[in-house]
Amino acid sequence: MQPEGKSRKLLRIHRDDNVLIVVSPVRPGDRDLVDGHELVFTQDIAIGHKVAARDIKVGEKVYKCGVPIGSAKEMIPAGAHMHLHNLKSDYIATYTLDKDNVFVK
Amino acid sequence: MSSSNNQSNNSPTLQGFLRSDGRKGIRNCIVVAYLVECAHHVAREIVDSFRGQPVHLIGFGGCYPNAYADRMMNKLCTHPNVGGALLLSLGCESFNRHRLAEEIAKTGRPVSTVVIQQTGGTRKSIDAGTKWVEQALKQIAEVPRVPLPVNELVVGTVCGGSDATSGISANPAVGRAFDMLVKQGAATIFEETGEMIGLEGVMSARAITPELGHELKASVEKAAVYYKKMGHASFAPGNAEGGLTTIEEKSIGAYCKSGDSPISGLIKPGDVPRKGGLYLLDVVPDGEPRFGFPNINDNAEIAELIACGSHVILFTTGRGSVVGSAISPVIKICANPETYERMSDDMDVNAGRILCLEASVDEVGKEIYGKVLEIASGVQSCSESLGHQEFVLTYKSFDPIGPACLPM
Repeated sequence: MQPEGKSRKLLRIHRDDNVLIVVSPVRPGDRDLVDGHELVFTQDIAIGHKVAARDIKVGEKVYKCGVPIGSAKEMIPAGAHMHLHNLKSDYIATYTLDKDNVFVK
Repeated sequence: MSSSNNQSNNSPTLQGFLRSDGRKGIRNCIVVAYLVECAHHVAREIVDSFRGQPVHLIGFGGCYPNAYADRMMNKLCTHPNVGGALLLSLGCESFNRHRLAEEIAKTGRPVSTVVIQQTGGTRKSIDAGTKWVEQALKQIAEVPRVPLPVNELVVGTVCGGSDATSGISANPAVGRAFDMLVKQGAATIFEETGEMIGLEGVMSARAITPELGHELKASVEKAAVYYKKMGHASFAPGNAEGGLTTIEEKSIGAYCKSGDSPISGLIKPGDVPRKGGLYLLDVVPDGEPRFGFPNINDNAEIAELIACGSHVILFTTGRGSVVGSAISPVIKICANPETYERMSDDMDVNAGRILCLEASVDEVGKEIYGKVLEIASGVQSCSESLGHQEFVLTYKSFDPIGPACLPM
């Protein structure tokens, strides 16, 4: 699916996407190639989660499958995990359980 | 359906159970339907004595009348996979048992009503019901089997226990299978407008008429308003744990199950597509929110897809749902390779191979298409063989669809 020498952990679904999908678990210290640039990961990231394909500015629309899925809450550096802490819906707040199992926005 | 125009010569022909309305079933079951929660236990006891036989439990728990529940029960009891129905009434509930029994009888199906208060309580009602089901099973064994071409199949899809893998493996693969089915002239139904928020513009552009496009867009806008009033979008904590961050992101997942075919119509629960094509099922009630969430869980959506005539349900899951359904088989397409490893007994198709770079979306799409034909030919799906027959039906209210919703 991806040419030799390219990422084996991250999947780009659409050419317009500024996020990549983790298809193989990422561990701290792992390195991977994205658009010819080497990224060094600093945290565990599970399959199915997203990382920034490039630096993303505050308020910038985030694209997956070529479709906007929300906007950046803060500046997101290339290779960073993108999730509830730095990405917000432009339609309705996402509720989830925090580590103490309390519903939070 | 009569869309012979689309059917290619090499599409396989299955055998179906012929019903009086011309539709054909891929299963031939008796439904035991309780008409109020108070009759649920008696109904379950009857069903329990037919373990391993095609006797399914469905029902409506409410005591107050509801037009939607009436229509759902009617469409379910006269579904092509159903050969006959036993109705269980306590005796004082509001459900119009006479009308339901009459409507079922009009289709030529065997039907009987056990009224618990008149029959003399629990034990006598269980005995009477069990005896009736025994003879009804013999009676429906005589239903003629006739060729069932693929263009008479109705296939629904739903996702549940989603994670971020659902949207990038299983759901696009179901989209490809839907494209193949539509090409063969089958009717396919996707749903959950509340999970397409943010994508209404993209979707409406696929409608076969501009007027239908407006209806599609309006249905998503209605869902957005409804969910906002509920205070929660259709987003559970497990979705976030799996990597999904926003409702729009989850929407891509639900949306891409529809494939690339033009959208032929917008239907509501109980509307049966009259010909092949791709249909959006609007599951969000009309009017002010009155009875709570549109669908309280995945099985409420499955029941609605079945009420629209679905012979088979394609259920994609990343986290790993195990549910099946009464009446129509549920085929599980597992999106996440790790989940598949852990729960393979429950999974019919491993779409996680896409993420392992072992199979393309097209290849898995073809596998799903083949699985639909296999299950339609009588082979049991995983959830079926494990005995899953979940069912739920709650209060809702709908206005009938408008003239622009089914242009052809």
